[in-house]
Amino acid sequence: MTNTGKADAPVLDIRDVRLELATGSGRSLPVVDGVSLRVGKGEIVGIVGESGCGKSLLSLSVLGLLPPAIRFARGEILKRDGQALNRLGAAGLRRVRGKEIAMIFQDPMSALNPSLTVGRQVAEAIRLHEGCSRREAEARTVALFRKVGLPRPESLLREYPHRLSGGMRQRVMIAMAVSCRPELLIADEPTTALDVTIQAQILALMKKLREEDGTSVLLISHDLGLVSGICDRIMVMYAGKIVEEGPAADVLRRPAHPYTAGLLASIPLPSKKGSKLLPIEGSVPALHERGQGCAFASRCAHAMARCTREAPAFGYAGVSHAAACHLLEEEGEIVHAIR
Amino acid sequence: MKRSLLLSLGLLLVGALALLMIVSFFYTPYEPNAMKIAERLQAPSLSHPLGTDNFGRDVLSRVMAGTQTAFLVGSASVAIGSAVGLAVGIVAGYAGRWADELLMRATDALLAFPGILLALLLVSVFKPSLSQTILAIGILFVPSFARVVRSGVLQQREAEYVRAVKGFGAGHVNIVFVQILPNIASSIVTTAALSFSTAILVEAALSYLGLGVQPPDPSWGRMLNESQTYLAKAPWFTLAPGLLITATVLGFNLLSDGIRDALDKRG
Repeated sequence: MTNTGKADAPVLDIRDVRLELATGSGRSLPVVDGVSLRVGKGEIVGIVGESGCGKSLLSLSVLGLLPPAIRFARGEILKRDGQALNRLGAAGLRRVRGKEIAMIFQDPMSALNPSLTVGRQVAEAIRLHEGCSRREAEARTVALFRKVGLPRPESLLREYPHRLSGGMRQRVMIAMAVSCRPELLIADEPTTALDVTIQAQILALMKKLREEDGTSVLLISHDLGLVSGICDRIMVMYAGKIVEEGPAADVLRRPAHPYTAGLLASIPLPSKKGSKLLPIEGSVPALHERGQGCAFASRCAHAMARCTREAPAFGYAGVSHAAACHLLEEEGEIVHAIR
Repeated sequence: MKRSLLLSLGLLLVGALALLMIVSFFYTPYEPNAMKIAERLQAPSLSHPLGTDNFGRDVLSRVMAGTQTAFLVGSASVAIGSAVGLAVGIVAGYAGRWADELLMRATDALLAFPGILLALLLVSVFKPSLSQTILAIGILFVPSFARVVRSGVLQQREAEYVRAVKGFGAGHVNIVFVQILPNIASSIVTTAALSFSTAILVEAALSYLGLGVQPPDPSWGRMLNESQTYLAKAPWFTLAPGLLITATVLGFNLLSDGIRDALDKRG
């Protein structure tokens, strides 16, 4: 795994993280297992996977927002100065949240407080970290609204969320998130609740923030087609593990894992008009069904006998492009086989 | 249409009563406690629009002065009840676990006790007086406020927006007071308006039993008590405070419903 060649430390360095779900019977089942990833300064990294693959929990674990049933079992999450977020404690985490790392969620309707004006909400977010006066916070909110492309920012301050469109609400959320100029923005499915045209606008906005402020983005999505356009690197997660990672263009052009290839084949495209969409048959194995071998073996067209016995290790499929698949060991055949 | 009708009717009644109270501070036709035995139990006339009572006191002056007692008891007991109830409800709802269990069982116990009996107990243990009455009624209101606040906090605590502001670094105090409270304000205000009318009723009941406001200070409940002997002879003496109690209770109930409907954005 490489950083994008920058000399400075990554903004986020997740090392071998394992998250467990405590079951009633006292057993704990891994929901995220052995995941490592780095986000460099100004980099946009996408985590892609279907529902239940653990991508959201992984993102929540960064800021210590895991639901009570999930335990941080192993690993480390380091921020830029080398401090481990997972050992920071409540007060320390509060200082990091919003200030160094901010997070935005899927549904901007429910993520905004229905009883406060949007201006007040953004101003509160600013005042959480910076002791400035209400008027100062308001002036900064107007500037932020302008920055995220909201129309007539002054009058918008006094509007309640229910009067705004979905795209505007998500822009308000982003304004809140970047209000204290965090180094890293974690966006958990930020466009899923929005119209297709608005989705592109929101992604373009994140790209703009990266270019203007050097904000790194960790973008979580189930939509490989969507993130491919804006990400520098892509991680594909399946059943709690990263199965493939690499530069976005590389992963899309030459997927090295059958699961990634399956995801790509299931994206509807104008060029595929008339031909059948190819879904990945079956579904993600439930937590208790995950055994020794590769979790994707039950759905994989290329599964071999050893796939169910031993978990595949990471192998290189290109320059800084890696995948966890036994097929990789038969170098050269892999790319051909899953096409 | 129906909603605004409730609200405006409630506002009208409460507004009229509030006006009556404000006027009574500066002007009553007669001194409320001035007796004139020669003019006792007079029927309503131009000089005494609502007649006189058994001591020849002007009934209009006395019910006007009674509004002061009613509003004082109402607002002070609601203030006590809502302040304590808010604190209990927030701790129980937000902290949860054993704090919730402990506080809610305690309020359950208070709730299981018949309200008027509790007020009677408190007032008779201590010396009956206006402040004891207010305190007793205030304690009576703690459980209902605590329950309303607790269920609101419990519900809002898990809301997505709370998770979102946590992600921006909000602490517990900010979450409870800046984020959650505005969302449960409507149910608190509704409960307050409803409690206000209950307070006036309970005060009237206690005073009727001779345990609330002490003579000669005018209170609607006391006036009912004093007038019952003369019910056949001087019905106006009973009707005046009786109708005012009814109007106040009705007014605050309508106001409570109206506020609830008006503030319910999703309604």
